[in-house]
Amino acid sequence: MTAKKYIYFDHSATTPLDREVLKAMAPFWQADFGNPASLHLRGRQALEAVDIARERIAEFFNCQPGEIIFTSGATEANNLAIKGLVKNLRAQGWADPEIITSAIEHDSILEPIRELEKEGVNAVFAPVNGNGIVDPAAIRAAINERTVLVSVMYVNSETGALQPVREIGKLVRKAREKRHKLWLTRPLADREKKERPLWFHTDATQAVNFFNCGAQGNFFDLLSFSGHKIYGPKGVGVLYKNAKVGLSAIQTGGHQEGNLRSGTLNVPGIVGLGAAIRLLGQAGKMGEPSREQKKNTLSVAKLRDLLVKGVLKSIPNVILNTPLGQAAPGHAHFSFLGVEGESTLIALDLAGIGVSTGSACASGSLTASHVLLAMGIKTEVAHNSVRFTIGKLNTREEINKVLQVLPPIISRLRRMSPIKE
Amino acid sequence: MPYSEKVLEHFQHPRNQGSMADADAVGEVGNPVCGDVMKIYLKIRDRRIKDIKFETLGCAAAIAVSSALTEIAKGKSLDQALKIEKDDIVRELGGLPDLKIHCSMLGVEAMRAAIAKYQAGQK
Repeated sequence: MTAKKYIYFDHSATTPLDREVLKAMAPFWQADFGNPASLHLRGRQALEAVDIARERIAEFFNCQPGEIIFTSGATEANNLAIKGLVKNLRAQGWADPEIITSAIEHDSILEPIRELEKEGVNAVFAPVNGNGIVDPAAIRAAINERTVLVSVMYVNSETGALQPVREIGKLVRKAREKRHKLWLTRPLADREKKERPLWFHTDATQAVNFFNCGAQGNFFDLLSFSGHKIYGPKGVGVLYKNAKVGLSAIQTGGHQEGNLRSGTLNVPGIVGLGAAIRLLGQAGKMGEPSREQKKNTLSVAKLRDLLVKGVLKSIPNVILNTPLGQAAPGHAHFSFLGVEGESTLIALDLAGIGVSTGSACASGSLTASHVLLAMGIKTEVAHNSVRFTIGKLNTREEINKVLQVLPPIISRLRRMSPIKE
Repeated sequence: MPYSEKVLEHFQHPRNQGSMADADAVGEVGNPVCGDVMKIYLKIRDRRIKDIKFETLGCAAAIAVSSALTEIAKGKSLDQALKIEKDDIVRELGGLPDLKIHCSMLGVEAMRAAIAKYQAGQK
């Protein structure tokens, strides 16, 4: 199978580097190889390139360059946001913080929170409805005087469900203002050393290609994303941190990134990230996506809708788990009832088509996707799931090829099953 | 570890796949909630497996394991068939990813269940 002919429908896992991005990165491996922390010419050149990328990214996220912390990816950014915040609060003497998140977050949110739970942090995992969408009212109801952080992802990576993050961000801000007013009314002696903070974090990894990510307009205090989901390089990501948010480093020893993330900066990666962001244009301040994002959405959604229509028409007993009315444009997540998702994945792979599955049989842990289970999908149906995520380079011909190859695969696998519908 | 060529070949072209209307014994293990269901049909003559068929709902490994098992078991005496171990199947398939080894047990169990049923009926 040549790489050229292989059809790739797994853009939620990673994306190919854009040609422009590759070009932008090229000088920084060898010719401009300096360490931005060095004071000499090579260092200054590297620093300048990093600064340009930082400014560009800050512009896209409608924040200050100093609020951008470069990390190794979204996983590290999520870890830093959660553990760094709790560490900072503990250093200030807050012993009993509480974090509210959702049941459908990425493991890089859920696992750090579960680790902190063992250390006495209280955690609330807000449920989702049948469409896999978090109810802002549930978040509002969960916020209490102990809450220090609400973290809800922008777009779910498995189903593509778009979360009401702006609404949640707004209600977190309101709760913070209310808390502040209350604090002001307390007698001076009663007031604790400092007011307990309350911040909103969003993991925007799956949203940056399509949706407005302005920190101000969306009430984001913290935001994570990574380069390789936006046609940028792997191994680089960002944590946006509002200047008011106090964090403590979880990786120390080099003083980079305002002492919040030690380690020599990944200059080619950061330059590539800046170039990838530049390709996404400049989003409006009023929550509108940029022209480039709109273009991405249109072209990807057109193919996705073609795929969904074709699959539902040509294959019986399929459930579409992506809520098309409130989802990222590239996601099409199906359950082909009575067929194990990993088998479908392998059969498609052998036919030259790359997809993914939420089936336990394909996961390292042999457990079905927590996202699907949180949506109320039965375990046996979660095993049947197959996710297609369309990218900007996919074509109509590729969709047609899938529609030609997939129905016989599903019927072959169904025929092999001892359970007949 | 990715699947071996042999696993993929069995998955694409499974041997002895299907049901058997006149089976002498049938064994079924697993359930859809755990992800795998395997059903083995046996045709037995003179305490020997004259014919064997399988039906499997499961991952590619589960299907390949079922297929390989039927190949190994076909023609064997019941006593020999009962001695087939998961390692025999894993070896036959040129290895399996560690996490998938448990699948191979299900196929063996389904066949053992079928043989046990047959032997119980003979007594």
